Amino acid sequence: MKVGKQSFDYKNVYLHNSAVVVGPTENEGPLSELFDFHYDKLDCKQKSWEQAEMQLYRNAFNICLNKNNLEVKDIDIVIGGDLNNQIIIGNYVMRDYDVPTIGLFDACATSVAGMIVSGNMIDAKNIDNAIVAISSHYGTSEKQYRYPVEYGGQKPESSTFTVTAGTSAFFSKEKSKIKLTKATVGRVIDAKINDPLDLGRAMAPAAFYTIKQHFLDFNTSPNDYDLIITGDLSYYGSKMLIDLFTEDNIDIANVHKDAGMLIYDRDRQEVFSGGSGTGCLPAVLYSLIRKQMLDGELKKVLVVATGALLNPIIMSQKETIPGIAHAVVLERM
Amino acid sequence: MEQKVQKVKNATEPKRPLLKNTFQAFMAGGAICMVAQVFIEIFQELFDLEKELANNISVAIMVFLGALLTGLGVYDKIGQYAGAGTIVPITGFANSMTSSAIESKSEGLVQGVIVNMFKLAGSVIVTGVVSAFVVGSLMYFYGALFG
Repeated sequence: MKVGKQSFDYKNVYLHNSAVVVGPTENEGPLSELFDFHYDKLDCKQKSWEQAEMQLYRNAFNICLNKNNLEVKDIDIVIGGDLNNQIIIGNYVMRDYDVPTIGLFDACATSVAGMIVSGNMIDAKNIDNAIVAISSHYGTSEKQYRYPVEYGGQKPESSTFTVTAGTSAFFSKEKSKIKLTKATVGRVIDAKINDPLDLGRAMAPAAFYTIKQHFLDFNTSPNDYDLIITGDLSYYGSKMLIDLFTEDNIDIANVHKDAGMLIYDRDRQEVFSGGSGTGCLPAVLYSLIRKQMLDGELKKVLVVATGALLNPIIMSQKETIPGIAHAVVLERM
Repeated sequence: MEQKVQKVKNATEPKRPLLKNTFQAFMAGGAICMVAQVFIEIFQELFDLEKELANNISVAIMVFLGALLTGLGVYDKIGQYAGAGTIVPITGFANSMTSSAIESKSEGLVQGVIVNMFKLAGSVIVTGVVSAFVVGSLMYFYGALFG
């Protein structure tokens, strides 16, 4: 049902078991014990970065099926997304599965966009269940958006490190301990930042407006949530988000965390201002946050995926980098 | 765009350590040039080669070393420390070619390596040729008029 300007709530959508498969840097990070599987090398024993990302995507999808005791035929729809042109990762992996598929692209906000689309379809009783599959890979992102991996250019402290991860989560009308209760769809916000090595701050205003609209639509405040987790604002973007709320005399610093800062240890790992990428948020959400919710440490979590709508061609035409952010609420039943 | 977003945007802009970067680039760039100079001296003194030939062989060695370190995955780590210090010397040119070639290997020899090898280095060649033409023309006319 529609609530306020940009939001709606769900009656019967639940998050079941999920799977996260990661690369070497993520596995060296603080969450290593919570992942389902990892590869020790970035190539994931494949011949190209693209094949490597497909491997992560496929592994996560299969593990998700197994953990939920499902077969492919039990899945009503797969909603997938990644950062590659024509969302090739998800679409190519799904060649091998006999299952209806929708591909989404909202840059790094795709994970929550997928949750929203599947949630709406389940709540409308169009389908009974869905798997939301998301991936990103350091190699494919650097190759498509920036420079070759071995190129010796200096990266500034504001740059982020693309998370290498494949993730899959099962959503269903059947009850589970975690319920998807609310959603707010964000607007495209352009803060006029044109530095592809400063994406956190390009996305922060989008996150700010989406969260603010969410509070407005549901008449809530930061205190109503145990945690507000953003996708990949990283250090500088998080700082900007907190400062934007401070301008409105709202303090979110105590409840806010950023997945890009949770997945790596910035003091120990050379990841600049933190993690980014479509897989960043779901890799943290489906490992750490889901565990903390199941353990009862977190009851109500506002999940905000943030995407920088970056395209190298339009950037060369002197354009700026708009951001988008979508939010959902997960509640422990 | 609201004014406060502009304000916070400006206030949160990360400061780049210009002085530190410049110093590191100066030291690293200088060190690379010193290595090349050592090669030139060796070829001139020990092998008794003419200066121009010694220069050319040393440049080839530096390009080789740049490519080798790129292939070994070391050059980008040095580059993160040295910045322009590793990009400006000829080793940086070798790095941009080699890294593009390695990255495109998955698309095959022709569609990948050959097509993409000069993706980054091409800009250096174009700029070099154009500026050489401009400077050469100026020198020619200067010589014709006043020489």
